[in-house]
Amino acid sequence: MKSDEFEFISRTVRQRSGLVLTEDKTYLVESRLLPIARKFGYKSVDEFVTSVHRGPDEAKLRAITEAMTTNETLFFRDTKPFDQFKRVVLPAVLGSRAARKTVRIWCAACSSGQEPYSLAMILKEESARLAGWRFEIVATDLSPEMLDRARAGLYTQFEVQRGLPIQYLMKYFKQIEDKWQLSNDIRNMVDYKEFNLLSDPRALGQFDIVFCRNVLIYFDQPTKTEVLSRLRTILPEDGVLYLGGAETVLGITDKFEPLPNERGLYRCIAKQGASFTSV
Amino acid sequence: MKSCLIVDDSRVVRMVARKILQELGFETSEAEDGKKAMEACQKAMPDVILLDWNMPVMNGIEFLRELRAYPGGDVPKVVFCTTENDLAHIMEAMGSGADEYIMKPFDQEIIQSKFSQVGIL
Repeated sequence: MKSDEFEFISRTVRQRSGLVLTEDKTYLVESRLLPIARKFGYKSVDEFVTSVHRGPDEAKLRAITEAMTTNETLFFRDTKPFDQFKRVVLPAVLGSRAARKTVRIWCAACSSGQEPYSLAMILKEESARLAGWRFEIVATDLSPEMLDRARAGLYTQFEVQRGLPIQYLMKYFKQIEDKWQLSNDIRNMVDYKEFNLLSDPRALGQFDIVFCRNVLIYFDQPTKTEVLSRLRTILPEDGVLYLGGAETVLGITDKFEPLPNERGLYRCIAKQGASFTSV
Repeated sequence: MKSCLIVDDSRVVRMVARKILQELGFETSEAEDGKKAMEACQKAMPDVILLDWNMPVMNGIEFLRELRAYPGGDVPKVVFCTTENDLAHIMEAMGSGADEYIMKPFDQEIIQSKFSQVGIL
């Protein structure tokens, strides 16, 4: 791929998704674009990119952007955040939201849905102590194709063996030929919406807990700051934010601070009310 | 160092599993059927057993039942690792005392994930 064409792809993807593609990613870009080029009837990536560069076409630009996003995810990814959810976050919100008995959770950049479904299964397991409570899980991604996959809740044998305890497979999945599908009960607990993290999230409403894990690592510093600022607008003073293990807010924003001794978990820096505190 | 007994009648599967488990820091031993695995357990109980289902002489489920009935046989974690990939087999294995279940083919990530879930990693 010629340098000016790589620059065009890189600029397009960055403007549309915030993802930063540096020139050392040329091989990755070409390998991900090959199936897209073929889908649109081109023999090679070069031919495809040249054509889009000369006459940008919305469907092609969208396909290029989606092809560049990383959809790596698994059930109960990293385990610890979900333990924290049960041990720290859930008891705290059950206390602080006792009057309204409603909790809203947002899984941003949810890919094929394993993260929101992991939360849904945890909530199902805890249903005895959550009687009378309403938990809403909103899961978003910029890729309609990923959202369709997530809504279907249909996973390969390989996917259900990465992170998912066998008891949950037995309890919440049914086997359909060589795949495994989540029960309607669990699928209905998650509301999927198309959303780009570069947009204003206030249209999604206010949330108590936000999962935005392993997303910021793909953004440059100003974009990270912008996204974190926007996330702050949809969280109350005592809201909490989950980031990935390799991500941080330090030096990026003054709107969140790490929760002491709870890696990956951040609370809002409150101006008037009280910040999140564990019980 | 934790010990893992690999029970599988396929020499190739045992070799692949051994390589993965040693990379994960396990001391490994091997048995090619349930009877030989039982003999090994009677001498020294491993921390975890990676267990195939279909084997000659004594299959995996027969071995598991015998192991769990044997004094001290409730201690090792047992992770099935088999081509039997339907819910009925999974339920039978779990009902017979298995701790986790891997559907072949497997890779290091799957073994790591399952061993973490049973608390052995």
